[in-house]
Amino acid sequence: MRTENQKAWFFVLPVLALVAFNALVPMMTVVNYSVQETFGNNQFFWEGLGWFEQILRSDRFQAALGRQFLFTFLILIIEVPLGIIVALSMPRKGFWVPVCLVLMALPMLIPWNVVGSMWNIFTLPKIGLLGYFLNDVLGINYDMTQQPISAWITVIVMDVWHWTSLVVLLCYAGLVSIPDAYYQAAKIDGASPWSVFRYIQLPKMKTVLTIAVLLRFMDSFNIYTEPFVLTGGGPGNSTTLLSIDLVKIALGQFDLGPAAAMSLIYFAITLLVSWVFYTLMTKDDAE
Amino acid sequence: MAQIKLSNLRHSYMPAPKGPEDYALKEIDVTWRDGGAYALLGPSGCGKSTLLNIISGLLTPSEGRILFDDQDVTALPPDQRNIAQVFQFPVIYDTMTVGENLAFPLKNRGVDAATIKRRVDEIAEMLDVTDMLNTRASGLSPDNKQKISMGRGLVRDDVNAVMFDEPLTVIDPHLKWKLRSKLKELHQRVKATMIYVTHDQTEALTFADEVVVMQEGEVVQIGTPVELFERPQHTFVGHFIGSPGMNVLPCEAKGDRAVFEGHEVMLEGPTLGEGGRTDLGIRPEYISFGETGVPAHVTKVADIGRHYVVSAMVGDTPVKAVAEHNAPNPGSHVFLQFKPEQSRVYRDGWIATQERAQ
Repeated sequence: MRTENQKAWFFVLPVLALVAFNALVPMMTVVNYSVQETFGNNQFFWEGLGWFEQILRSDRFQAALGRQFLFTFLILIIEVPLGIIVALSMPRKGFWVPVCLVLMALPMLIPWNVVGSMWNIFTLPKIGLLGYFLNDVLGINYDMTQQPISAWITVIVMDVWHWTSLVVLLCYAGLVSIPDAYYQAAKIDGASPWSVFRYIQLPKMKTVLTIAVLLRFMDSFNIYTEPFVLTGGGPGNSTTLLSIDLVKIALGQFDLGPAAAMSLIYFAITLLVSWVFYTLMTKDDAE
Repeated sequence: MAQIKLSNLRHSYMPAPKGPEDYALKEIDVTWRDGGAYALLGPSGCGKSTLLNIISGLLTPSEGRILFDDQDVTALPPDQRNIAQVFQFPVIYDTMTVGENLAFPLKNRGVDAATIKRRVDEIAEMLDVTDMLNTRASGLSPDNKQKISMGRGLVRDDVNAVMFDEPLTVIDPHLKWKLRSKLKELHQRVKATMIYVTHDQTEALTFADEVVVMQEGEVVQIGTPVELFERPQHTFVGHFIGSPGMNVLPCEAKGDRAVFEGHEVMLEGPTLGEGGRTDLGIRPEYISFGETGVPAHVTKVADIGRHYVVSAMVGDTPVKAVAEHNAPNPGSHVFLQFKPEQSRVYRDGWIATQERAQ
């Protein structure tokens, strides 16, 4: 009989320890808060699933969740096709390749709060270049500090400016990995440009595109810094996304119980959507 | 179906080529008979793939013309030339089934559904892939993928020529001969002109009726496999084809004799021309051992199964000979006999003896 060697578990230990300290332990404290009520002095009272029920039933949470989904949906529907188009039109060889790549990477290198400040100053009416141009040159009534629609447009445009590059770079990596022979064969087979895209480029980009969408979904669903610096969630609550609302409850109102429950719900939604999306996208490959 | 004629073809990848060394292809003039099987043989970088891409229209030559029958196709894009090309790495459309892959070139040309089905079934039957028609093409083994890319070329019944760019590179050795005989069989059935690019002499010699040997952008010799083996026009052909390749031994030419390391060797006929560097060319297969002849010192004997390859030194020049059996021992002194009708002088690489009248 073959004796099984259990030593392999020792190799997993460092990872387990690391994950325990940076994820499991903090998460357990959140779970701990979410089922209790505290008034300070380190005194806790059992609350059960009450906070979860309260959060799920609250109009405030539902509205923030709705705004969050709308935001993520809008940026995905803009950034993914735009990223593909930009990647397709980038040169594959020659002098301009590194120039394009560096230009594309630049927005992603800027710290998030700086992006928020930049766009804030850029779009302020009267002071900001864009705000001034829209109002005083084109005569468009635009004020992202007062009008919800203007605020939304600004937040979306800012995210598109900041993150489309990620989709572009990933798609570009997928595109350059396609051997020339595919394009040559398609030419000989008489394929139209659309067919080349549909049957060669898109299938070859599928893996990187899945990762791009997944990353963009998670990042945009958890977005905090940029809209917080830009609009602070306003005007009113119009750009208060989930994470902004969460911070208001946890640190503004110091309602640790409801905030913890909300965090867990928030986390579960992100996890669930990512899992469903990834499973659907990789289902074909397993066949 | 068409005769393919390449007329004064030159190609350079540089925008403003100056000397001949800037050309990837130097002056190609070839005519290929309709329905023939041809191979382009040469080492990597000799321009054979460039030539193939020019014929298929993926590249436009810097100078010269390509004629299919009498139609000038130099300026036509690939899809209007009615050619098919099979690449080194199998190209298949991953998201389609095998059947859809085969139907793709016809669909793009707006052929009606009934004809598509008939042609796809015919080709699938020819390639033995009928039972795979409805499976996804992405999961196939490399040899089957390569068959499908071949099938996409053959499915159109109006193909002028089918071109193969080292199609067996990624195929497992034991499947190579199978695919190669399939190719031969297909050639007999579809009767299209086939051009096969390879650097593997076995592939070229078994596939083609006629082999075009290329070196540094030039056609060195065009001939049947037998001609290339028996009477190489250039030392390069002699050395490149055959295993081991032809012996190329520095010598002096004297009428119908060559003087090599001080020994006189009878040639197939009188030498032509003057000056230049002269070499004696003879295949190892035509050197035998005897009681008299050129004295040599055996340095190494390799048993390669069918025969022995004997390496020997004549003076300071290494010579290879092939012995069927009774190979001499390493270290022994022997006499080499050069078969006169297979001994030739090459002047600056090119053949310089006259063939003796039969």
